[in-house]
Amino acid sequence: MITPPDISWIAILPLLILTGTALVTLFADLWMEGPDREALGWIGLVGLLATAVAAMALWNTKLSAFSNGIAVDRYGLFFTLLFCVASGLTLLMSMGYLEFTDIRTGDYYSLILFSTVGMVLMATATDLIIIFLGLEVMSLAVYVLSGIWREQQRSNEAALKYFLLGAFATGFLLFGIALLYGATGSTTLGPIAAQVAKVGGQEKTLVLAGMALLLVGFGFKVAAAPFHVWTPDVYEGAPTSVTAFMAVAVKAAAFAAFARVFMHTLTVLSADWSSVLWILAALTMTVGNVTAILQRNIKRMLAYSSIAHAGYLLVGMVAGGEFGGSAVLFYLIAYMLMTLGAFAVVIALGWRGAPNENLDDYAGVGFSHPFLGVAMTIFMLSLAGIPPLVGFIGKFYIFSAAIRSGYVGLTVIGVLNSVISVYYYVGVLVRMYMTEGVLEIPVLSSRPYLVATLLLTITGTILLGLFPSPLFELARQSFLALG
Amino acid sequence: MPLLSLIVFTPLAGVLMLALMPKEQHRSLRRGAFVFSLLPFALSLCLLARFNPAEAGFQFTEEAAWIPQFGISYKVAVDGISLFLLLLTTFLTPLVILAGWGDIHKRVKEYMVFLLLMETGMVGAFVAVDLFLFYVFWEVMLIPMYFLIGVWGGERRIYAALKLILYTMTGSLLMLVAILYLVILHNQQTGQFTFDLMRLYDFSAPLATQRWLFAAFALAFAIKVPMFPLHTWLPDAHTEAPTGGSVILAGVLLKMGTYGFLRFAIPLFPLAAREALPIIAVLAVIGIVYGALVSMVQPDLKRLVAYSSVSHLGFVMLGMTALNTQGVEGSIYQMLNHGLSTGALFLAVGVLYERRHTRLIREFGGLWQQMPLYGAVFMIVMLSSVGLPGLNGFVGELLILLGAFQTHRVAAIVATSGVLLGAVYMLWMYQRVMFGPLTNPANSNLRDLSKREVLVFLPILVMLFVMGVYPNPFLSRMEPSVQAYLSRMHQKMAAAETSVQLSAVSPQPAKGELKADR
Repeated sequence: MITPPDISWIAILPLLILTGTALVTLFADLWMEGPDREALGWIGLVGLLATAVAAMALWNTKLSAFSNGIAVDRYGLFFTLLFCVASGLTLLMSMGYLEFTDIRTGDYYSLILFSTVGMVLMATATDLIIIFLGLEVMSLAVYVLSGIWREQQRSNEAALKYFLLGAFATGFLLFGIALLYGATGSTTLGPIAAQVAKVGGQEKTLVLAGMALLLVGFGFKVAAAPFHVWTPDVYEGAPTSVTAFMAVAVKAAAFAAFARVFMHTLTVLSADWSSVLWILAALTMTVGNVTAILQRNIKRMLAYSSIAHAGYLLVGMVAGGEFGGSAVLFYLIAYMLMTLGAFAVVIALGWRGAPNENLDDYAGVGFSHPFLGVAMTIFMLSLAGIPPLVGFIGKFYIFSAAIRSGYVGLTVIGVLNSVISVYYYVGVLVRMYMTEGVLEIPVLSSRPYLVATLLLTITGTILLGLFPSPLFELARQSFLALG
Repeated sequence: MPLLSLIVFTPLAGVLMLALMPKEQHRSLRRGAFVFSLLPFALSLCLLARFNPAEAGFQFTEEAAWIPQFGISYKVAVDGISLFLLLLTTFLTPLVILAGWGDIHKRVKEYMVFLLLMETGMVGAFVAVDLFLFYVFWEVMLIPMYFLIGVWGGERRIYAALKLILYTMTGSLLMLVAILYLVILHNQQTGQFTFDLMRLYDFSAPLATQRWLFAAFALAFAIKVPMFPLHTWLPDAHTEAPTGGSVILAGVLLKMGTYGFLRFAIPLFPLAAREALPIIAVLAVIGIVYGALVSMVQPDLKRLVAYSSVSHLGFVMLGMTALNTQGVEGSIYQMLNHGLSTGALFLAVGVLYERRHTRLIREFGGLWQQMPLYGAVFMIVMLSSVGLPGLNGFVGELLILLGAFQTHRVAAIVATSGVLLGAVYMLWMYQRVMFGPLTNPANSNLRDLSKREVLVFLPILVMLFVMGVYPNPFLSRMEPSVQAYLSRMHQKMAAAETSVQLSAVSPQPAKGELKADR
């Protein structure tokens, strides 16, 4: 007789609240009309806040649910909080944006929330099947989101492209899970970790093959070269707020599972995967940065920049250990703040029928719209790694972890890449401040949600740059909770 | 009272205040900026008054934990080496702001904001004695300079600004890797995590490692100096920059490079430095002669002064490589001289540019008849740059040559020819611009210096004479620090010498044992 597993309701409280909120927005949409839809965003924000509070309340506990399928440890909670912030900021910047782009559908909000559910599932999962479930829940929602701009052809194209390639990647991941299961007899991470330390011969080959396939699957989701080719098209085609969400939250979720599986479960095999990851990191940074230079569209440029940042994050994973791991977590927060902020500026500079996404549209913006100019300057400088902004501290942690683990060569590749990246980030400043132009956009004060988003991200970018210690400590504790 | 922090952050307070002011009120913006740049100068005069000239080590130390996980602290202090560089910065900034009243008419607010931001970065970099903190200030300086050139510069300003930022970032990011490597190495050997300069001074990395680390530091600083052959960004940056930008660039920013060698690259890696110093001396001499020769053929006044900087900074580097009291003191003294003289030269060129919107030497001639006051000021500045006895440049060059003669004799002799060439191109330039008949009708009704412009030049002229006639107050405050610096360097080098000899002797029995084992 099958007994249902004992469910620890407390442990899945954040997930429950989040799912509940998503469902509420879905049904509330039936009664909402026109401008009322912003209320859906507010419901979502309240739900995310409640989720975050629940996650913080669980901070000092270590629970598991669904027969060790989900673990509520600090690592998972750290990411739960990260997703709450990322989704919250995305909702905030979407609330005005949807009106401007004629995406008049309330599903948008529930899709963002459902995809956040998938992310939380990915980050807290300690079973490969649950990771897979989380990945699918997240991805399906994002596939739809990227195509939600129905009258835009490029949005449709983005959705189709993302869906087809995403399905491939999922196939790889699933195949990898199957091989690991075949070799170790389990899909739960704990037993797998115990088994891979012991296996040899043919089974070892199975494990390595499975690991390689997992790497492809995760590599696709984090947009690491050479699995990145979908990124620019999808990022460009999707509505900008969705692009921001994909670039930040989806990537972070993929890294959450990626790091848990590789840096914790498969650490014994780090000799096997770290050299592969080394090459992947170097390739990802270089391809991302060099190609970003050639872009004429800001969304495409930011897409390639996000590829490059995945490369820096991979450097942290290669470095491994306590410092590499906590540097990765820190960097994800830094990256979230500055990238969301940059996309918020992109949104602020566009309006109905005039997305103004070409870099040349940015001419003169710095002086004609001083607040947006300063905001973009801060985000670009932070992305380029100029102190004392948070992007610099993030890179500093990653590179010092890499040097500490003896990867000086990779670090040098990383910093040279940073120099390349300065060229295109500063290129945005060149257009904003050093060329003449007039861009007509609605006054920013009429879009309070965007102003709020920008103020929050600017504050984060500066404050965490000046005082990174508490966050780093948080990241360290979270990563150590894996052990 | 945290005097140093006040000096560092008062300009930043000025930035916040300016940011709140409406951008149309140019007058009050200019005045506000001027006042907020006078404050740090006044504070640094207090610092000078309270500075203990007999003390060799760091003074006015302020320390606070910043990122304790990595042993990073906010630690600032001054000694005899950095004291006057700090003063130079706080002295020049108000003058630059005052000079900007004439030639900056668009986006005044942003211009003033960037100048003040820059001051915070520069002063911060001179007083930081924590490597991380230094790096932060070092990078912070770059951004305002980039904007100053890119927004207010000449026609090819974007190219020049990008070149500046890419050159500098390449150097400084590799330096960051070296800093991290050094700190982690120190951590692995002592178990302590620290970016504190004093603690890292006491640490000696193995020679092979030092070579790499020194190379990375030296690259960053050599680009900033700029040393031949990494100087190509400088003429572009200078030519395109607005007058104020050029003055700050030549007056202070280039000193960051030479200061970096003196404060970080050489004392942190003495063994590698000892090997590299002869090479640096040769490059410095090449810079001296090359810079002078190229200056001679420049048709553009600003490019001429820019290339003359390459030459003058060659002297600064040469003095440093001597590693003796005269050489190092001369080197520091010459940093100050170059800051004042070249700063003033750029101001003088700026005066002409503001009136005629050209800097081509052939456009001028016979200006003395029209602008006698300007002619007199320009002459003094030019002579100080040439190194005429009685003016500041002479003292610095003499000390450097005296120092260099003891260690790198040939280099010193060749460098002396650079002094001569310097006189040639400067005097020739002056003659073509100021003397002769007033041929170009466009010059026939040029205004002489205004009161405000006199006010800009006057403090500098006074300093040129003071430093030329009475160098003692400056040198005596540098001396204890320089002495301590040198004795520490020589000690470390000597210790390394003996340990090399010892290790050359001691492994032999060990080898024998190994052989016996086989």
